[in-house]
Amino acid sequence: MDAYFKTEDMAVGYNGKILIHDINIEIEKGKILTLIGPNGAGKSTILKSITRQIPMIHGAVYIDHFEISKWSLKDMAKSMAVVLTERIRPELMSCAEVVAMGRYPYTNMIGKLTEKDKKIVLESLERVHALELASQDFLTLSDGQKQRVLLARAICQEPEVIVLDEPTAYLDVRHKIELLDILREMAKEKKITVIMSLHEIDLATKISDYLICVKGDQIAAFGPPEEVLKKDTIEKLYEIKKGSYNLYFGSVELTKPEGEPQIFVVAGGGYGIPCYRALQKRQIPFATGILYENDIDCQVAKDLSEHVITAPAFEPMKEDRFDAAAALLLQCKTVIDAGTPMGEFNQLNSKLLQLAKERNIPVLTDLSSIADGDGRK
Amino acid sequence: MEREKEMESQKETNSKLNFSDLSRFTVVILILVALLAWGLVLNVNIGSVSIPGKEIFGMIWNAVRYGIKNLFSGGKYLQELNNTINATTESQIIFGIRMPRMLLAAVLGGALAVSGFLLQTFFRNPIAGPFVLGISSGAKMVVGFTLIFLTRYIGHVGAGTLIIAAFGGSLIITSIVLLFSQRVKNMSMLLVIGIMVGYICSAATDFLITFANDHDILNLTSWSMGTFSGASWGNVKTALLLCIPGLIAAWLLSKPMGAYALGEGYAQSMGINIKPFRVILILLSSLLSSCVTALAGPISFVGIAVPHITRTLLKNAKPALVIPSSFICGAVFCVFCDLIARTVFAPTELAIGTVTSIFGAPIVIYIMVKRRKSQEE
Repeated sequence: MDAYFKTEDMAVGYNGKILIHDINIEIEKGKILTLIGPNGAGKSTILKSITRQIPMIHGAVYIDHFEISKWSLKDMAKSMAVVLTERIRPELMSCAEVVAMGRYPYTNMIGKLTEKDKKIVLESLERVHALELASQDFLTLSDGQKQRVLLARAICQEPEVIVLDEPTAYLDVRHKIELLDILREMAKEKKITVIMSLHEIDLATKISDYLICVKGDQIAAFGPPEEVLKKDTIEKLYEIKKGSYNLYFGSVELTKPEGEPQIFVVAGGGYGIPCYRALQKRQIPFATGILYENDIDCQVAKDLSEHVITAPAFEPMKEDRFDAAAALLLQCKTVIDAGTPMGEFNQLNSKLLQLAKERNIPVLTDLSSIADGDGRK
Repeated sequence: MEREKEMESQKETNSKLNFSDLSRFTVVILILVALLAWGLVLNVNIGSVSIPGKEIFGMIWNAVRYGIKNLFSGGKYLQELNNTINATTESQIIFGIRMPRMLLAAVLGGALAVSGFLLQTFFRNPIAGPFVLGISSGAKMVVGFTLIFLTRYIGHVGAGTLIIAAFGGSLIITSIVLLFSQRVKNMSMLLVIGIMVGYICSAATDFLITFANDHDILNLTSWSMGTFSGASWGNVKTALLLCIPGLIAAWLLSKPMGAYALGEGYAQSMGINIKPFRVILILLSSLLSSCVTALAGPISFVGIAVPHITRTLLKNAKPALVIPSSFICGAVFCVFCDLIARTVFAPTELAIGTVTSIFGAPIVIYIMVKRRKSQEE
């Protein structure tokens, strides 16, 4: 691997006290590297050390085989730009002027913009789709717009590497997607290497070529997302003891209700998920089945219930699954029909509903009549 | 053809970015210069002895003529020059009292405004100024100390000594305020601390005055209120020698100052070496304000009000434009305030600080209210 950006035995911290040590990262040009990890893990500290905002305690950072601590700040400004978390309040500055600040390392003594500089300012604004904001006062912008303008400023600096500290922090979903799309484009087209920290693990796995998990005093893992993220990586990284994080969907489930199941949900094909979540909200422990292992209901059910009857995918359900489900169902006071269409491959489920009717267990189709449970322990 | 196309695209870039052109700046400067000229004429004209305008112009014209001739002929016209100046009581009043006084007011007013602007840049807060942060009071304390104790041993204390004393006092108080500013991130708190420090210094000064000999206080009391009344040509020369280089140095720093408005993190990432930059800002600001304190005593609110007026007039906060405009605007402000101080209750003279406070303090209140509003939004 031809490492374009590289850290070597980097140790970072404040006032000479080491927080995280032995950071060894190597990535190629034009890749996106994302730091994830719990609050206070030291993501910002690592980024600040890379950008030389705080002195590095040990080790070195290389860009294209040059050790950056040997560069002058001005030279460094020409190859590395930043988007920071600190909120800025420049008075009476238009967006174009904020972006034009990015030309700082290139302009003369008094900062006069040449025509070429102006063209680059224009292009940078266009790249983040913010050209229409050019003459607006920066302070009047929304958070999403501000972030885009600040990214334009970084782009305007024409760097090889852009470092962003939680660029999506104040943004709503739409603006998050927009911002990350721009970064992806930049990495691909302009071969800009992106190093950033993100809070949203789901977005991080989707945008990044490499992930770093920061936890404790060392890097917990470094590599492509599919290598780094195993089933319970996230739970371990963030020390999630209650609740769960679904890696494939990036969805969070809250703590599962505990106790003997009171309600049996007959589900499948995604019809069960709203039911499960509604029951979790009311803290009612439930059982559910029969779900194929590749059913999306199954993913959520397992996070929210101890009693999930599953069947192997791609083959008809076997009778023993029915027996297991029936045994659970008969323990419950109520059955919910989530509304899953019944067909040839899940006929055992319609048999379950029939069984409930025969035994006079009420079968509900909605949850409005169900009161809160006491499954919170 | 090619060239035309290029011009066209340049025009398009400019119109899209809507960068503020220099026409507004030029207009503002012209208006300010005209006001200054008018103020200077009024100042020479009005007073306890009123002198007809025609006579004044005649005298000034002669003086300037002989002055220039004298300069190029190597001292041949010195006699004529002195004759013009000493011809009548009127001419003596004009050349000996009113001219140096108004010139001193103009130069020191400008210096105070620029000093305030530098502090505002440093703290990234429009309400910072040498007076509210207690810096002027600190300078006053040390100057008072010097005046009382040195006059006993030396007899006459020169302007240079006073400036050095004021400079020392400014630096001491600035470092105290800076020490606190690292602890309190809140700007209003910093302001409160500055005002309190200012009170402590004033108390110390009062203490000194209480226990000093009457003879020592004589020249102290009028000075400690702030006044241009003692102005001499020597003072004007000293003020020009210090303030003009200070002004130029400040202007040469306008590029990093503009970038610094985006915050330290961004400024550093663009290639600014933060620490020396901050030190130079403080030194320059202290130099300018201590020059004022030493030569005219503490003058309040000019440092805040004038840069604010200037920014509002320019509709821009670019240091390269604000610094020269502030200087001239400060000159105008002080020349008119001195005129009011001198004439409104003649023959009783008001302290210059009384007049500047009346006009300056409301502006400070306005800025604070406006800022609070925009923060709540």
